[in-house]
Amino acid sequence: MSQKAQAQTVLRLSNITKRFGALTANDDVSFDLKRGEVIALLGENGAGKTTLMNIIFGQYTADTGAVEVFGQELPPGNPHAALDAGVGMVHQHFTLAGNLTVWENIVLGSQRLRSLRLDSKAAKAKIAGLAKRFHLVVDPEAKVGRLTVGERQRVEILKALYREARILILDEPTAVLTPQESDALFATLREAVGQGLSVVFISHKLHEVMAIADRTLVLRHGKLVAERAIGDTSREELAALMVGGKVSPPKIDAMPAGPALMRLTGVSTKGEGRAPGLQTVNLTLHAGQITGLAGVSGNGQKALSDLISGLVQPSAGGFEIAGAEVADWSPRRALSRGIGRIPEDRHHTGTIADFDLTENAVLETYAKDFARHGWMNWADAKARAESLIATYDVRCPGPDTRIRLLSGGNMQKLILGRVLETAPRIILANQPVRGLDIGAVNYVHGRLAEAREKGAAVLLISEDLDEIMTLSDVIHVISEGRLSPGFVRGTMRAEDLGQWMAGAGFAEAAHAS
Amino acid sequence: MRLEPIPDPSLARKLLPPALAILGSFLVASLLALIAGGNPLAVFGAIVKGAVGSKFALLETLNRATPLIFTGLAVAVAFRAKLWNIGAEAQLYAGAVVTAVLGTGLLPWPPALLLPVLALVAMLAGALLLLGPALLKTRLGVDEVVTTLLLNYIFLLFVSYLLEGPLKDPMGMGWPKSARLLAEARLPRIVDGLRLHWGFALALISAVALWVINTRTTLGFEMRAVGQNAEAARFAGMPVTRIMLKTALLSGGLAALAGFSEVSGLKGSLTLDLSPGYGYTGIVVAMLALLHPLGVVAAALFVAAIFVGADAMSRALGVPSYIADIMLASALLMMVLAILLTKFRVVRD
Repeated sequence: MSQKAQAQTVLRLSNITKRFGALTANDDVSFDLKRGEVIALLGENGAGKTTLMNIIFGQYTADTGAVEVFGQELPPGNPHAALDAGVGMVHQHFTLAGNLTVWENIVLGSQRLRSLRLDSKAAKAKIAGLAKRFHLVVDPEAKVGRLTVGERQRVEILKALYREARILILDEPTAVLTPQESDALFATLREAVGQGLSVVFISHKLHEVMAIADRTLVLRHGKLVAERAIGDTSREELAALMVGGKVSPPKIDAMPAGPALMRLTGVSTKGEGRAPGLQTVNLTLHAGQITGLAGVSGNGQKALSDLISGLVQPSAGGFEIAGAEVADWSPRRALSRGIGRIPEDRHHTGTIADFDLTENAVLETYAKDFARHGWMNWADAKARAESLIATYDVRCPGPDTRIRLLSGGNMQKLILGRVLETAPRIILANQPVRGLDIGAVNYVHGRLAEAREKGAAVLLISEDLDEIMTLSDVIHVISEGRLSPGFVRGTMRAEDLGQWMAGAGFAEAAHAS
Repeated sequence: MRLEPIPDPSLARKLLPPALAILGSFLVASLLALIAGGNPLAVFGAIVKGAVGSKFALLETLNRATPLIFTGLAVAVAFRAKLWNIGAEAQLYAGAVVTAVLGTGLLPWPPALLLPVLALVAMLAGALLLLGPALLKTRLGVDEVVTTLLLNYIFLLFVSYLLEGPLKDPMGMGWPKSARLLAEARLPRIVDGLRLHWGFALALISAVALWVINTRTTLGFEMRAVGQNAEAARFAGMPVTRIMLKTALLSGGLAALAGFSEVSGLKGSLTLDLSPGYGYTGIVVAMLALLHPLGVVAAALFVAAIFVGADAMSRALGVPSYIADIMLASALLMMVLAILLTKFRVVRD
């Protein structure tokens, strides 16, 4: 890293401050990025990481401060200026046109409007060259709508490289990726850095930051609170810097399994589009146990989650809850049978963005607990929202706030509270901590562990193997709609589970039987 | 210059679009008045005078607003649940047909019994007329914009057939109109001697009732939830299809009340020119009101005043009364633009 200290400064932020009303999103932030360097911008949700990057990229205008790229100050608020200066950004939410092909997406926007004809041959050749140079394997003729999330991200990176980006900004690039895809992304980034590019990597996953960054900057409440060379720090220190105190994951003590609360016997469901359905799945959820479901994204997690949520019916097999066969299945029945559901997509499935916290708090229980003869009891509903806000530490101006204004973590705490407040016997937690900061992750995990101790059966679906292995009493792996046998806590190594995730174990099991 | 989203717009900002839209439509109308050779101030003066300048004018405006309140409410309740009911015109006529059929002697009952029955059966007819497109939407995914819009033409032809055939008034000297309603089937005037019937009061009551439904009942909560995010509503256990159908019944019923009120309160018989497009104007009214039931009353009064006032202005100044249509059209267009300003602010770089 010493040779990098003398390297050219490619990006310099000086005293950036940005306020939104009373909120100071960035407070006097300054840093330099050198040629061939990866810096990680670390911080909790709402710490101001994305705002800062949007200022560099001209999406927002800073109140004070300046951005310099290769020694030239960028005119504020102009996205083209950053692009032209060689800054490329890969957003958290991709900005690709699904009905166009990969190469069309890549040249889109870098083509002059007036040029009627595209030199498609030259464009494709350039894309192929870039793809080879940076190990970004993707079919240029494929329609983007048909690509996996990982492939789409590669297209986004190719798009930036195609425009001669010398600085890549990646906003939470691994939030949507499987572990394998993340590894591939890191390989690409190392290659890019080796060829003189510079990278700003925004994340709150510490192990990734330790793996890829040279230097890390920690943001808290909009302020730059620390700067560490990766060699001089540790995960523990970074975690403490991020949240401003000590953190600890919940302890899962061994306890005997209770009775079976939910039993799937040979259950199949119809797939939906490209997402596979379940294929003769056997699964039993026991009281007082967290059952973890590991697997690569898109292998039937959605099918299982939808089934338990009540959104889809089993097409074959036996489905029992507390010993009674389930018939005429629906979300309302799932709720009335004591299933609490934390959905994968809290923004679109779990909440209604323009409803306030009160309305969202009673979304599932309004008919049963907050209405009489069709009349809503808003006073009680508001009291419930207030009690959830207090009990589950939801940081918000009050129950009348529209939920879209809350951060992801606080939104999730409200959903968690809504679920736990009904004392569910079975809890479905689908990606409950995706995109949350460490403080919120530990909080959610702690509450799930508490529910387990109180005798709930928890099904934890996650693509984060660490999360599954830390919390679960029993682990199943899902692959192409098939479910592995349950592995008891501590009997499996991550590598073995990885084999199953890749689908290897299923072949052997089928062979043996 | 570019647009930056506003996370939580203030009340003042929310009230800005209707104000801007109305102001903008006045500007456009001024320009046209100049072109037509009138002095804009004189034109607006004449419109205001013609709309509210005398007791007669004011009552005429209230009468004209009555059907617009009903159709505006019908559109507002449907649009809020993202059910795009463009068929208020046909539903209005459905209510009118029922009133004309049952009110001309078929039910020889006293007014206290007959009028509520007429209103309820009219609502039922309008509700059923929208139920078809709603079922096609929920079952088969057929676009209700197309079905409800086309149903307007079909139903109007059906009314035309009725008025040339089974419902034709034998004493009508060959005109395509129905027989006159019995006196018992006529909505009385609110105050003796003033030309304003109880249909207006019913419209106000309907607006307040819909507001109460929206804010205080489970159905209102469900309709808003389905309109905002049907996926989340379904996940939360709401019976989305059933809510959609209930919304359709409510919307169709409200539009049909316009037909009942016009036939029973104002005209006394059914003709093909009963509605000069009240069903379509209801869309403008609902949009100007930002789909709020009480806003619908204000918007309907505004729209009715423009129409009534423009007629009087045209007679007095010779500027064509089409200026009213243009004012409404430009108000609607500017409303759509101005709504952007509640969600975004313009940032100058």
